[in-house]
Amino acid sequence: MSLLQIQNLSKEYVMGDNVLRALDGVDLNIERSDYVAITGTSGSGKSTMLNILGCLDRPSEGHYILNQKDVSQLNPDELADIRNREIGFIFQSFNLLPRATALENVMQPLIYQGVSRSDRKRRAEEALQHVGLGSRMDHLPNQLSGGQRQRVAIARALVTKPSILLADEPTGNLDSRTTIEIMKLFDELHAQKQTIIVVTHEAEIANHCHRIVRLEDGHVAEDRRTRPMGQ
Amino acid sequence: MLLFDMTESLRSALHSIRAHGFRSFLTTLGIIIGVAAVVATVSIIQGLQFTINEQFQGLGTNSIVVQARNTYENYLTGKIARISPEDFDMLSSRVEGIATISPIIGGGGSQLRYGSQTAAVEITGSTYSYQDVAQTFMKYGRFLSDTDNTTRRRVVVIGETVRENLNLPDNPVGEYVRVGEEWMKVIGLAEEKGQILGQNQDNFAIIPYSTMRSIAGNQSRQSMAIQLTLSDLNQMEGVQDRVTSLLRLAHDIPTDEDDDFQVQSSEQLTDTFNTILSSVTIVMGGIVGISLLVGGIGIMNIMLVSVTERTKEIGICKAIGAKRHQILMQFLFESLLLCLLGGLVGLTLGYGIGLAASAAIPNFPQAVVPMWAVLLSFGFSAMVGLVFGIMPAAKAANLDPIEALRYE
Repeated sequence: MSLLQIQNLSKEYVMGDNVLRALDGVDLNIERSDYVAITGTSGSGKSTMLNILGCLDRPSEGHYILNQKDVSQLNPDELADIRNREIGFIFQSFNLLPRATALENVMQPLIYQGVSRSDRKRRAEEALQHVGLGSRMDHLPNQLSGGQRQRVAIARALVTKPSILLADEPTGNLDSRTTIEIMKLFDELHAQKQTIIVVTHEAEIANHCHRIVRLEDGHVAEDRRTRPMGQ
Repeated sequence: MLLFDMTESLRSALHSIRAHGFRSFLTTLGIIIGVAAVVATVSIIQGLQFTINEQFQGLGTNSIVVQARNTYENYLTGKIARISPEDFDMLSSRVEGIATISPIIGGGGSQLRYGSQTAAVEITGSTYSYQDVAQTFMKYGRFLSDTDNTTRRRVVVIGETVRENLNLPDNPVGEYVRVGEEWMKVIGLAEEKGQILGQNQDNFAIIPYSTMRSIAGNQSRQSMAIQLTLSDLNQMEGVQDRVTSLLRLAHDIPTDEDDDFQVQSSEQLTDTFNTILSSVTIVMGGIVGISLLVGGIGIMNIMLVSVTERTKEIGICKAIGAKRHQILMQFLFESLLLCLLGGLVGLTLGYGIGLAASAAIPNFPQAVVPMWAVLLSFGFSAMVGLVFGIMPAAKAANLDPIEALRYE
């Protein structure tokens, strides 16, 4: 059984008199431990796909089954719970809480699970060490470089042990050297069986992945595996 | 889980208040001022009330004071009501159940002279039982006796200030002073009482009632009061009624007109004062309520700004799994905590002001903060925090995560 199944999924936005169909009958299965890039030009439905995959938004039609649970029509609080437990977000602009230290940022998602403070601290420290930031835990985001901030964000995404690591243009705000470092970290996480979905418009980033899904006008235009599963 | 969420909300709220220290202070200023105002007022009034009650305790609970009642109209028309010596004589002989009855002719200031010194002194004419009424105890000599009154002796009991002003010896008993046109012998010096509400309590002279009357002659139009003590406390109402009906008869008051005098037990007197003080407290409470309302609106305003400012943060928290009630609680706790801190600062400040004010006015009783005022200010602060915090908090909780994340 696939980790994630999308069946005939559509999303419509009503803008005045016009109905914009951002996704139009998409079918997609993603297996556990896969490393998938979702690409497309702007307006292809990429962001809408990200929002729905990340349970930030609900589809207008069709089903999204995550971990054998249909999450397409859950209410906002149930979706929040799914985001908290199943999904680890990584954003282009890092999206760290500016007044909290690296450690506190990583501890934050565990608060919403009701994890005790001492456990939160221990797990957050482990996660930060995992991404190579063990020595910068007490720094505020603005005291860290772009690459370091993205590592904090990755630690925050990993600390809940999510089913999916969902990255949105994770290297869009980084220079080329840091981009390579971050992608290497993604490769390592994939080697540790983490399921990763990267939404990007950059071919170079997409080529790191083992499967590339290209969207065009709300349809899947291309779905190709560049490396076999399990490698 | 709820307790856990509350603890975390509290932690986060503290964090946020500390991060914006100065702004938090300005935000709560309205609450601080409101609470400080109520506590300062209440503490001063309570101090006053405490002292007044203590004063009245001296009168005893079984005493009745009869005095004239004049409306403003009476003063304009010159028809001033008074209690006359005849009223006193009548009441002495015709009311039963009286243990003691003392006339008090007072108010009239007069000049006292000793040697080359003169002093303006308030003179009271009364009898021996006035000693209990006025709580006057002797340092030297004795108080007026019954025979002083019946034989119209020219004797006087003076207070410490009078002795000082007239340059009398430390023990003035036996000296002669001139009261108005009459020479009188000093028979007693009262113990010093100090000041109450800034009024000197030692500038008095007491002479026998009958002496006072004979000096003033029948032209005496001085105001007079009558003090009764009862032999049985249970007869309070009966005696009051009897006194009232006798005086109405004596003053020829038609049935449809009000009394031109009042008959009050000491308890009623205390009650009157307390009623006045309570209404002052209530009026102040109203003013403070308004200022707390204004303070609350200030808090709501800042919290709304704060929610807008932190839209992105709220979006992040929602993206990583914060539920609505968790965001709601975080912001609600922030405003609640702001208000409670404001209440605490206001309480301290208000008590400080009360203490300073009561210390600055000479002989003013010390400010007292009753527990109910403390609880009330905290309760009110908390209520303001909740009422005015709920809207900003709900706004934060209902933000759409996608929109909030996009917010710059």
